[in-house]
Amino acid sequence: MSAFPTHLLSMEDLGPEEITEVLRVADSFVEVGRRANPKVPTLRGRTVATLFFEDSTRTRMSFETAAKRMSADVLSFAAGSSSLKKGESLRDTVETIEAIGIDSVIIRHSSSGVPARVAEWVDHCVVINAGDGWHQHPTQALLDLYTVRQALGGGDEGLARLEGLRVAIVGDIRHSRVARSQIAAYTAMGAEVTLVAPSTLLPPSLEGWPVASVSHDLDAVLPKADVVSLLRVQSERGSGAFVPSLREYTAGYGLTARRAAVLQPDALILHPGPIVRGVEIASDVAELPAALITDQVSNGVAIRMAVLFLLLGQGPAGGALRD
Amino acid sequence: MTERTGRTAPSGPTLVIRGGTVSDTTGERRADVLVADGKVASVEERIESPRGAVVLEAEGCIVAPGLVDLHTHLREPGREETETIETGTRAAALGGYTAVVAMPNTDPPLDSAEAVRNVQELSLSATAEVAVAGAITVGRLGERLAPMAELAGLGVRLFTDDGAGVQSAGLMRRALEYARGLGVILAQHCEDGSLACDGAMHEGAWSSRLGIPGMPAAAEEVMVARDIALTRATAGRIHFLHLSTAVSIEMVRRAKAEGLAVTAEVAPHHFSLTEAATAGFDPLFRVNPPLRPASDVEAVKLGLADGTVDAIATDHAPHAPESRDLPFDQAPPGMLGLQTALALAVSELDLPLQRVLALLSWQPAALVGLDPIGGGGQGGPIVPGAPANLCVIDPTATWTVDPSALASRSRNTPYAGRRLTGQVRHTVFRGEPVVIDAEAQR
Repeated sequence: MSAFPTHLLSMEDLGPEEITEVLRVADSFVEVGRRANPKVPTLRGRTVATLFFEDSTRTRMSFETAAKRMSADVLSFAAGSSSLKKGESLRDTVETIEAIGIDSVIIRHSSSGVPARVAEWVDHCVVINAGDGWHQHPTQALLDLYTVRQALGGGDEGLARLEGLRVAIVGDIRHSRVARSQIAAYTAMGAEVTLVAPSTLLPPSLEGWPVASVSHDLDAVLPKADVVSLLRVQSERGSGAFVPSLREYTAGYGLTARRAAVLQPDALILHPGPIVRGVEIASDVAELPAALITDQVSNGVAIRMAVLFLLLGQGPAGGALRD
Repeated sequence: MTERTGRTAPSGPTLVIRGGTVSDTTGERRADVLVADGKVASVEERIESPRGAVVLEAEGCIVAPGLVDLHTHLREPGREETETIETGTRAAALGGYTAVVAMPNTDPPLDSAEAVRNVQELSLSATAEVAVAGAITVGRLGERLAPMAELAGLGVRLFTDDGAGVQSAGLMRRALEYARGLGVILAQHCEDGSLACDGAMHEGAWSSRLGIPGMPAAAEEVMVARDIALTRATAGRIHFLHLSTAVSIEMVRRAKAEGLAVTAEVAPHHFSLTEAATAGFDPLFRVNPPLRPASDVEAVKLGLADGTVDAIATDHAPHAPESRDLPFDQAPPGMLGLQTALALAVSELDLPLQRVLALLSWQPAALVGLDPIGGGGQGGPIVPGAPANLCVIDPTATWTVDPSALASRSRNTPYAGRRLTGQVRHTVFRGEPVVIDAEAQR
């Protein structure tokens, strides 16, 4: 067995071997997903809980679908109607959930670091980060990698082609947990990452970041890119104050039809969703064959099944044995 | 002078501090110290213990004026579950302090005569002198001046909206002008709100990587620059609280060279911890100003060494244990400091003990007028007739910080498990041995 970590908190915790393992395990779950009855008994008797302290229909549905397809019992903890509203602390909530006998908690929180703190508080529960603040969203990066590998021929061939791949990550990188996870994931597999954003939407410091280059000129980057990964302009996080207007943002950084036309013929377009049509991506560009947005969503279930398998499914009582 | 007088007030036991080296503004000398009736009675190479005297052993120790903290949050009134005047001054005494300046960001804030008198009265039985600081603006809201003249009449010597900076340059100008006529000091918490925004740590390599909203060094520096300009313009007097960046220290260095009435303090955590401590998202390491990169830590140490910085001040900020369970960016900033400041200074600064004591005792005492020149009894010198506010320090003793052993009502020290050199053995406050052999006596 590889040195897969106890919890999945950050892409930075996974090396190329662990990432490869996730992608290979996901292959078999993609196959399961194509069956008439897409269910396996792997996690029968195990209970996972989704703790989403920040609204997210897509990621929660994806995780819950993944867990159910593996026959796990799934509890859905709605932060809005919970004891937290009654003043219970996050830590007490987590300790209560663990005392109930939950094997794994899948956490989404608007504050960076919450999954890491929860991982310190629990005794045996496995913590999976489903997105924390601006910090990390590891399963999103894994499903992006999976989707690109699939488009590049899949299997070991697709895997090998990740090496040297030129990836442009475009948009609000500053406030993006997806970007932080993507950068770690792509570079771990040997891809070259270029960040494209206005300076205000870049992190204040890129010291120690493994990126090949930074650009403010999308038009110059696009003809050389093998993968264009777009990020949503997160107006709910106050990104609005970081650019004069969405119109000006789109003029400089939106993937318009005119810009898509200069892409290499086999270039791929990714977007973690939800997409804001007409801002970071033009509606007709989102419908191009090169745009893998719906593949990302369907692969998300297989990737999350793979993660659950690797964290929980090793043996009949894998989680309990971790003590 | 060797007999107990039997007078009732001021009383207190007769003490002999035996075997130590006395260190104060006048230098170091091997001497025993006799304390009677709350005052230093004699300082001689060898003093016979009078009958019934309490002997405080000081072999191998330094006998110094009690430490003076310019920056203590005692939390009373308003947050007594985290600290009270009693528990906070007990922690102070154990840390070698005989005086603390109590910050006014209580609830209610100390912006009125009634609020100031209340804390003064609550402090009468404390185990250290509590010098109450007043707010610069009403409610610390930065909108209009608090009744500074009235508060000065109650003995308030330092005014600050600490916890927040006075955001309006125009209002700060008026405050500096008004304070000039009162003989009081304004102390600024330098943090420009429009730059700091909701920043929860230093903006830089670590905040970028961790995805925690940062506050740039410039949030502190623009206010230091602004207030130096205002001090120049008003011929005013300003004290900068807890400076933390290399640029801030350099601006103070230049302002002093120019002859402006500018003083500065730094906090122990800004010379003993870096921003890397936040890597685990533990809110124990959230503080304002935030922990900085190593280059700023070095600049703070240099400022202490070359005299740019006048004082080490704790910014002792107790918080309830449950606040540590909050997400980093939602937890309140601040950490305990009173019981670790001296040992951190001894352990982390490459300075002679005499310099460390200057930064912890007589310089802050003089800065806020608690010294004999200002009419107070803090900061030495240790001479017959002086009020007996003393601490006895073992400069080579090592100890390990244990949060549960701290006297504070809160436990939020960032130094749990850290091995430190330099320990307070005894503290004498107004002639009373409030700490003997590192144990609080009440």
